[in-house]
Amino acid sequence: MNTPRRTDDLLEVENLTCRFAGVTAVDDLSFRVKAGEIKAVIGPNGAGKSTLFNMIAGVTRPTDGTIKFDGARIDRLPTHARARRGIARTFQNLQIFREMSVLENVMVGRHLRGRTTTLSGLLHLPSVGAEERAMEAAAMALLERFGLAAKAHAPAGSLAFGQMKVLELARALASEPRLLLLDEPAAGLPHAEADKMAETIRDLNRDGMTVLLVEHNMRMVMSLSHDILVLNNGRRIAEGTAEDVRRHPEVLSAYLGEEAADA
Amino acid sequence: MASIEAKTGPMTHSRLPQRGLSRHARLALVWLALAAVPFVVPNAYWISLANLALINLVLIASLNLLMGYGGQISLAHAGFFGLGAYASGILNVRYGVPPWAGLPAAAVVAGLGALLIGIPALRLRGHYLAMATLGWNAILVVFFTQLVGFTGGPNGLLGVEPFSIFGHALDTEAKAFPLAWAVAFFVMLAISNLLASRIGRSIRAVATNELGAQSLGIDSFRTKLAVFVLSAGMAGIAGSLYVHINQYASPETFGIAPSIMLLVMVAIGGAGTFYGPMLGALIYTAVPQILLDYEDAELMLFGLGLLVVLILFPRGLAGIPAALTGLVRRRRA
Repeated sequence: MNTPRRTDDLLEVENLTCRFAGVTAVDDLSFRVKAGEIKAVIGPNGAGKSTLFNMIAGVTRPTDGTIKFDGARIDRLPTHARARRGIARTFQNLQIFREMSVLENVMVGRHLRGRTTTLSGLLHLPSVGAEERAMEAAAMALLERFGLAAKAHAPAGSLAFGQMKVLELARALASEPRLLLLDEPAAGLPHAEADKMAETIRDLNRDGMTVLLVEHNMRMVMSLSHDILVLNNGRRIAEGTAEDVRRHPEVLSAYLGEEAADA
Repeated sequence: MASIEAKTGPMTHSRLPQRGLSRHARLALVWLALAAVPFVVPNAYWISLANLALINLVLIASLNLLMGYGGQISLAHAGFFGLGAYASGILNVRYGVPPWAGLPAAAVVAGLGALLIGIPALRLRGHYLAMATLGWNAILVVFFTQLVGFTGGPNGLLGVEPFSIFGHALDTEAKAFPLAWAVAFFVMLAISNLLASRIGRSIRAVATNELGAQSLGIDSFRTKLAVFVLSAGMAGIAGSLYVHINQYASPETFGIAPSIMLLVMVAIGGAGTFYGPMLGALIYTAVPQILLDYEDAELMLFGLGLLVVLILFPRGLAGIPAALTGLVRRRRA
C-alpha cells in the first residue's frame, strides 16, 4: 500500500499497467474514486482511457497493479463477478439485447436482484411468479423515470440511437449498483440530448450514485465532474477539479491545445 | 427523440402483452386437444405414429431450447437421446431396474454426457460446441455398437420391458399413448416455465449479446453449460420413453444423421418459437411415412423442403403468421 486507505474511497487503482505487444497503453497509473463523486477520465485519442475502463470493468486483464473495490481486490475477477460486487457499466458502442423488448432489457438488468434457480424456474414455484411481478414493476418504474415507458413492449432494436443510450443506462441501474461506469455517455448524441444525459447523471449522483466516466465531450466533463483525471500516453498528467485541470500547462499543450487546433 | 426527464411519464403498470389466455391455459388447451388423437385415428399404427411424434417433440423442443433460445448448436442430440435410451434399457434388461426408475436415470446419464463435453467446449468462444458435439456423437455411436455385452451391439438391445402402472403393463400403442402424452406435456410446461423466469431471460440475453449479459452479472459460461445439460437431460427422457415403448433400441437411431435432422426440424418449425417444435415433430414423423416409397430420396426431399421453407420463411413454419401479417401491413402502408 502506497497510501493509507480512506474509508470513503470506493475504487482504488494502484500502479496499474497494461502492455500489449510492446505498447504500454496504461503505465503505472494510480488514482481513487471517492464514494458519492462524479469522476471523469479524459485525454487525447490513444491516451489509454478505453484500456483503463476495460480493466476496471473486467474485459481487459492488467499486466501489473491492483484494482480494489470497497477495499477488496477485483482485478482478477471476471466481468460478471465484478457486476455482482456492485459495478455496473454502459458501453460506447451499445450492447443492447436488440431482439428482446425494452422492458425485458431492463429486467435482464435486474438479474442480480433475483433468486430463481434453473430448478425453481422449471417447476415455476410460487416464489418465481412473485419475483417476476416484482422485477417487472421495478423495470417499469425505471422506464417511466427515463421516459421510455411508452416503448416498454417494443423491440429494443427499434429504438432511436439516443433512446438506446438511455435504455442502456436504465438497464445498468436496474441492478442497483454502487459504482456506475459510463463509457462515453454523450458520444453520438446531439447537443440537446447530451445536455439531458448530463442532467440525468447529475440527478443520479444527487441521489448518491458514484460515477466514473470516460468522455470526449469537454463541455459535459467540465460541467459535471467533481474530479477529473487527465491521461496522456497512459500516464497521469493532471488530476483535480475542472478549474485546476483547465489551467494545467501540460493539459493545455497535450489535450486542450490539440482540441483547439481541431476546432 | 429521447426524453430523459426524471420522474415523468404516465404511471402505466402494464403487464407483458398476453393475447387472451395465459401461457399455462394455452398449453393445457393444446394438450387437451391432443388427448383426442387415439380416438379419432383409424388404427393402432396411427397411434404408434402419434407416440413417435410425441417423443420427437420432446427431442425437438429440448434442442430448440438450446438452439433457438440459447444460441448454441449441438450435433449430438440424437447421441444424448441414445444415452438415455441405452441407460434406461440396459438398467432394465441387465439389472432388472423398473422403467420408472430408468426414466430419471436416463435424464441424469444424458445430462452427464453433455457436462463432460460441454465443460471443455463451452470455455471457448465461438461455435466449438457444434464441432465438439459432432465428434462426441460419433464416439457415442461407437460405444453403442461395440459394447455388445451391454448394448447388444448392431443387433440392438432386446427384451426391454414396457412401463407399467400398478402391475399393469403399458404394452400396446394405445396404452403407451397417455404416458408419452403426459411426459411431453411436462417437458413443454417445464420449458415454458423456465423461459418465463429470470433464468430464461439470461439464456436469451447470453445468446443475443454475451458481453452485455456479462456486464449485468450473468455468468455466460455457466448459463450456456446449464442449458446444454438441461437440453441433453430432456433428450435422455425421450430416450427412456422410446426404449420402453418400442421395447427395443439399435445404434442407427442415435447417429449423426438423425442429429442433423433434429437440427433441421428445429429450424423448419421455427427456432426460438415455443410451438414451432410441434410443427417440426409433426413433419419429422409424417414425412418419412409419406416418402416410404422413395427411401433413397428421403434425405434429398427433406433438404429441398428445408431450403424452400427457410428461403420463404426464415423464421420457420411457426413464423408464417407473423410473416403474413407483416406482408399485409406493408401492402396497406
